[in-house]
Amino acid sequence: MNEPNKEYLELVKKKMPKSHHLKTMFRAFWVGGLICCIGQGFNDLYTHFLGSKMPEEDISTLVTLTLITITVCLTGLGIYDKIGAYAGAGSIVPITGFANSVASPAIEHKREGVVLGLCSNMFSVAGPVIVFGITSSIVVGIIVLIFKGAFV
Amino acid sequence: MQNQTIFFKNDIKIENTATIVGPKEHEGPIGRYFDKFVKDDLLGQKSYEKAETKLHVSTIKYLLNKSGYKDGDIDLCLMGDLMDEISGCNFTMRELDIPFMGVYNACATFAESLIIGANLLDSGNFKRIICSTSSHFSTAERQYRFPLELGNQRTPLAQWTCTGVGATLLNRENGKVKIDCATIGRVIDYGVTDANDMGAAMAPSARETLLSHFEATSREPDYYDLILTGDLGEAGHRLLILLMEEKGVRLKDNYSDCGILIFNRMGQDVGQGGSGAGCSSSVFNSFVYKKLVCGELNRVLLVPTGALVSKTSNLQGESIPGIAHAVSFERI
Repeated sequence: MNEPNKEYLELVKKKMPKSHHLKTMFRAFWVGGLICCIGQGFNDLYTHFLGSKMPEEDISTLVTLTLITITVCLTGLGIYDKIGAYAGAGSIVPITGFANSVASPAIEHKREGVVLGLCSNMFSVAGPVIVFGITSSIVVGIIVLIFKGAFV
Repeated sequence: MQNQTIFFKNDIKIENTATIVGPKEHEGPIGRYFDKFVKDDLLGQKSYEKAETKLHVSTIKYLLNKSGYKDGDIDLCLMGDLMDEISGCNFTMRELDIPFMGVYNACATFAESLIIGANLLDSGNFKRIICSTSSHFSTAERQYRFPLELGNQRTPLAQWTCTGVGATLLNRENGKVKIDCATIGRVIDYGVTDANDMGAAMAPSARETLLSHFEATSREPDYYDLILTGDLGEAGHRLLILLMEEKGVRLKDNYSDCGILIFNRMGQDVGQGGSGAGCSSSVFNSFVYKKLVCGELNRVLLVPTGALVSKTSNLQGESIPGIAHAVSFERI
């Protein structure tokens, strides 16, 4: 009786509404592009004012920090989730999406206390990104170490 | 009991009902039928869990006031909600001096509590029983999905958990509406694993329950003025019509779904419609009950459906079992 019913799953696949890929992709690309343009805007602004005092690398770090700060504020004000609901991957893939995925569980779990609520749940959504980021950087590091000669 | 269906020996009557819903539900198409609504779904509390509890307490107290009873006049409260360990109900009953039994069947909890309540009354050992369920959008999102402020996109099959509480006061003496029979559903799992596609997970169980009900009672769908499933949503509603047609039963215009009725799908951005333990209870205890009392409807079959999913089981690759119970109401 309760075995997976292939016929039924086929029917569900056929009859249930699906995502409109063109529409969602269009939204993702224009919002994602806009976020990148804003980042570039900050980059140009900082280069204009601080370019003589600061190396280029520090300026891009400053841009990242600016975007993270803005996102965290927007998350706290309850605006970023609305942007995300509209844009999907467009607002998840940039650094702003990462900032949002750390800030939102922190807000959600604040009521269970600072240590066991806020801190332990802060990376409940972003955790995998960090794990994979660190793991892949180690793997890449080992490859570079072994084939050092090839890269020089 | 025959074919999963119970025919009650005595008339189990609905003496009174009460509903309180959130702001979004109040803006919906049947908003004016709800007894009360709150403007702020946090209700001035520190957490949404506390807010749901407060909503539930207020509804029960309002039901008692409305019917002129005190805590001591009620023999039992049968309640459920969607939080872990049905904690919302546990804290609700901390505020009331009424014996309490907690029930859980996900979104079909309201039917479960009605069936148990009606049977207990039928036994003659009880005088008055309150059956109620609650759900809150924000507590359910946290329980089953992601943090509220996370900027993710809802899938086209997602549904919107209703913020609302519906309570029914059952007894054997007073009332214009009676429960004449009820069908207890079996757990049906056809292997749907998408936790967003609850309509597809629950539709087969709704079909099984409906088929057993029609067979046991020798009734046709036309016998009822309104057949109302709990929260299949628009897509699940269409799927059930299709599934019933496969078995040769045609559901016509008298079939609808609480999840479709409670929200305006186009204007309110709710995906396929409402869901949650409070969806069927708030729709039945307001809209349907009032129509039954005034005579616009005479016979109603309520079939709340439940997706028995937990976040853990779903992550571990389990499919989603569905359950549905049917309760038949008749105007006296």
